[in-house]
Amino acid sequence: MSKAKKINLTLKVWRQKDQNEIGRFETHPVKGISTDMSFLEMLDHLNQQIIHAGGDPIAFDSDCREGICGSCSTTINGNPHGPDRETATCQLHMRRFEDGQTIVVEPFRARAFPVIRDISVDRSALDRIIAAGGFVSVSTGNAQDANAIPISKESSDLAFDAAACIGCGACVAACKNASAMLFTSAKISQLALLPQGAVEKDRRARNMVAQMDREKFGNCTNTGACEAACPKGITLENMARMNRQFTSAWLTARVR
Amino acid sequence: MLKLDSKIPGGPLEQKWDTHKFKIKLVNPANKRKYSVIVVGTGLAGASASASLAELGYQVKTFTSLDSPRRAHSIAAQGGINAAKNYPNDGDSVYRLFYDTIKGGDFRAREANVYRLAQVSNAIIDQCVAQGVPFARDYGGLLDNRSFGGAQVSRTFYARGQTGQQLLLGAYSALMRQVGLGTVKLFARREMLDLVVVDGAARGIVTRNMVTGEIESHVADAVILATGGYGNTFYLSTNAKGSNGSAIWKAYKKGAAFANPCFTQIHPTCIPVSGDHQSKLTLMSESLRNDGRVWVPKKEGDTRRPEQIPDEERDYYLERVYPSFGNLAPRDVSSRQAKFRVDEGRGVGETRMSVYLDFRDSIKRLGKDKITERYGNLFQMYEKITDENPYEVPMRIYPAVHYTMGGLWVDYNLMSNIPGLHVLGEANFSDHGANRLGASALMQGLADGYFVIPYTIGDYLAGSKLPKVDASHESFRAAENEARGRITKLLSVRGNKTVDELHRELGKVMWDYVGMSRNEAGLKKALTEIPRIRDEFWQNVRIPGEPNFMNQELEKAGRVADFLELGELMARDALHRTESCGGHFREESQTEDNEAKRDDEHFAYVGAWEFKGEGKVPEMSKEKLEFERIQLATRSYK
Repeated sequence: MSKAKKINLTLKVWRQKDQNEIGRFETHPVKGISTDMSFLEMLDHLNQQIIHAGGDPIAFDSDCREGICGSCSTTINGNPHGPDRETATCQLHMRRFEDGQTIVVEPFRARAFPVIRDISVDRSALDRIIAAGGFVSVSTGNAQDANAIPISKESSDLAFDAAACIGCGACVAACKNASAMLFTSAKISQLALLPQGAVEKDRRARNMVAQMDREKFGNCTNTGACEAACPKGITLENMARMNRQFTSAWLTARVR
Repeated sequence: MLKLDSKIPGGPLEQKWDTHKFKIKLVNPANKRKYSVIVVGTGLAGASASASLAELGYQVKTFTSLDSPRRAHSIAAQGGINAAKNYPNDGDSVYRLFYDTIKGGDFRAREANVYRLAQVSNAIIDQCVAQGVPFARDYGGLLDNRSFGGAQVSRTFYARGQTGQQLLLGAYSALMRQVGLGTVKLFARREMLDLVVVDGAARGIVTRNMVTGEIESHVADAVILATGGYGNTFYLSTNAKGSNGSAIWKAYKKGAAFANPCFTQIHPTCIPVSGDHQSKLTLMSESLRNDGRVWVPKKEGDTRRPEQIPDEERDYYLERVYPSFGNLAPRDVSSRQAKFRVDEGRGVGETRMSVYLDFRDSIKRLGKDKITERYGNLFQMYEKITDENPYEVPMRIYPAVHYTMGGLWVDYNLMSNIPGLHVLGEANFSDHGANRLGASALMQGLADGYFVIPYTIGDYLAGSKLPKVDASHESFRAAENEARGRITKLLSVRGNKTVDELHRELGKVMWDYVGMSRNEAGLKKALTEIPRIRDEFWQNVRIPGEPNFMNQELEKAGRVADFLELGELMARDALHRTESCGGHFREESQTEDNEAKRDDEHFAYVGAWEFKGEGKVPEMSKEKLEFERIQLATRSYK
């Protein structure tokens, strides 16, 4: 934690013009960074500096800058979203860094996340996993009264904990196998814990896992790196629930 | 002059929507698949509309400028969503929700639209629960409610401090289900650059693929814009970095009327600006005012730490000025009161530009655990940004631009004055009048998408004879060429200022003169300053890079170029409306105790602006607001 109000840093940033180009690191000194800045504001500042010097600014995704949209996909000194626990890059502040420090900035790396440019990657594979089964098959208009089925506070709270996933993909980037198990299990868990979603839980588990495999995400070897990197505190418990669901779906399936 | 026909159905208020649903034309199920609909935007309104229309059988093409539809800025809504369920048995009803919303909007919204919104509110909650949205529940397993500003009943459903996220993920999952079924074709990282009108009807859009730079045409039988608000005109706002007004601005320039552009909501509880590096402002949910008390020191320039200031030397000014609503006074009123306190020299914090929101008393009353359960994630977010622990020292807050009530003019069917162009959610002007109540944006976005457009679009499609058109049509060619030309023009300026620098300059003018409090001299100044910045933009902006790769500076430049025009229209509208109403406060029109003074005799209308050509002054048409049911009253929260 820096106590200084202004700090100077050296940034080593991944530069890659598009998917076909081979990337490389570029070094940039940044001076007089206010410790009240967020990490992305520091990158904004650097980009202004680069533009004035006649260069091409660093491309990176960000939108809400409140830690909830899941756009940011920055690996900082080897950690997806940087050093703070349960903190997305946009909520990471520069007071976390020391004056004179060198910071390495890279995109989230995974085979299923091709680089689009610099720090920006294509995470549409995660959307396709959701499209394969991450929903309750209910169309608009035929819902019963919201209070018709009481749901215990415990189940509801557990479902919420799983539903808090922001789909950023840090779990994938943190995993040495680039597995998307934590992401996929969060949705499977949320919906299976609620009576509305439990009806099709078997189908959902099978379809989402199959899609995960098709997207070339790796397998899980239980290192727990995903949980440590997750900005929303999604736990490995969800993966245990998913595995149980998946196995029982296969064992009890009437149609294989 | 435009002829603005609101198409409000006849009959008693309570029966208008039902009668209308029966009378409007239907498209038979087998024919629905012959019609295609474009939806731009995947927030609550866009995602819910896309999913619902695809479920009905229409061919839907959905566009988002983000990398995934789940990232739309509805995701960041914190506090909750209103509905007239009356589960707490505290006297709520459809009529009360309707009345509170009309009154909250300072009587500048349409009665019939707002009544319909209140009517469908309950179905929204049912729908969301059926989708697996984990709303807060009590130990009996039933849904919990909390209170929000501008209401004296508890009608707000919530999912911790992340209600927007959970509702959006519900709508997103419904959308992705349709994507998986092949009924919605999803286009991510696409930015709409123009609306294409053929024979007077909206028939498609031109987009830029933000990865390859390709300019593409998309044809359909109807176009829906659900692209959110234009609060980023101010540069600093609670909107996402990418939120922009370009889609509705392009539609305006193609003939769609822009209604009440000056109606902007300044939200009272945001984390104050910390320095010039600030890239956006973060909201602290209004729900915090359920348990937090707002105060400033009684003495001017009191620099003691908050805990050193005894109760008798604190001014809990909302409780003092509005004893019946207290800390839950509506947003516009609370924001202005905060500004008055800071202007009086009683602001707090390093910059003296904030007020306290203090949880000391509720932590004492309820215990820290209860407060954590209710607001844990908000407290955590506050601490991350400010490095202060709100369990120990009061939060510091100040108003910030949050929502725009103005937007494209639409009729009761949510169709603009361009046939076939429908506008949903924050992008239209329809339901919130001059001020939106908390937890009503989520309600409106989902009402429009789930329960209004699925009916009304059928009426349009069944009632129109649309010629067959494809992307080789001259209107598409012309729009594509224009879009390419503009990109070339932007890239060829090669000046000395960055897009952000020019955007900040615009933002400062907007905040100083078209912000929380407005007057004639200031607005006239804005009307000379904004064109000056716009001229400088086109002569001196520097946009590096090439058009046919991902180029974020180019994306921003296109949006800022539009904000530089839209900001001027906002100032023009604010100048013409010499009354104060809701979030629009004209210093010339206030009561003795500094409350907004409405002028119903002269301003009980919607001001809808029409584009008359580049460099020409736009023309305003009026849609008179008829109030059949309610009495116009002075809005009082005392």
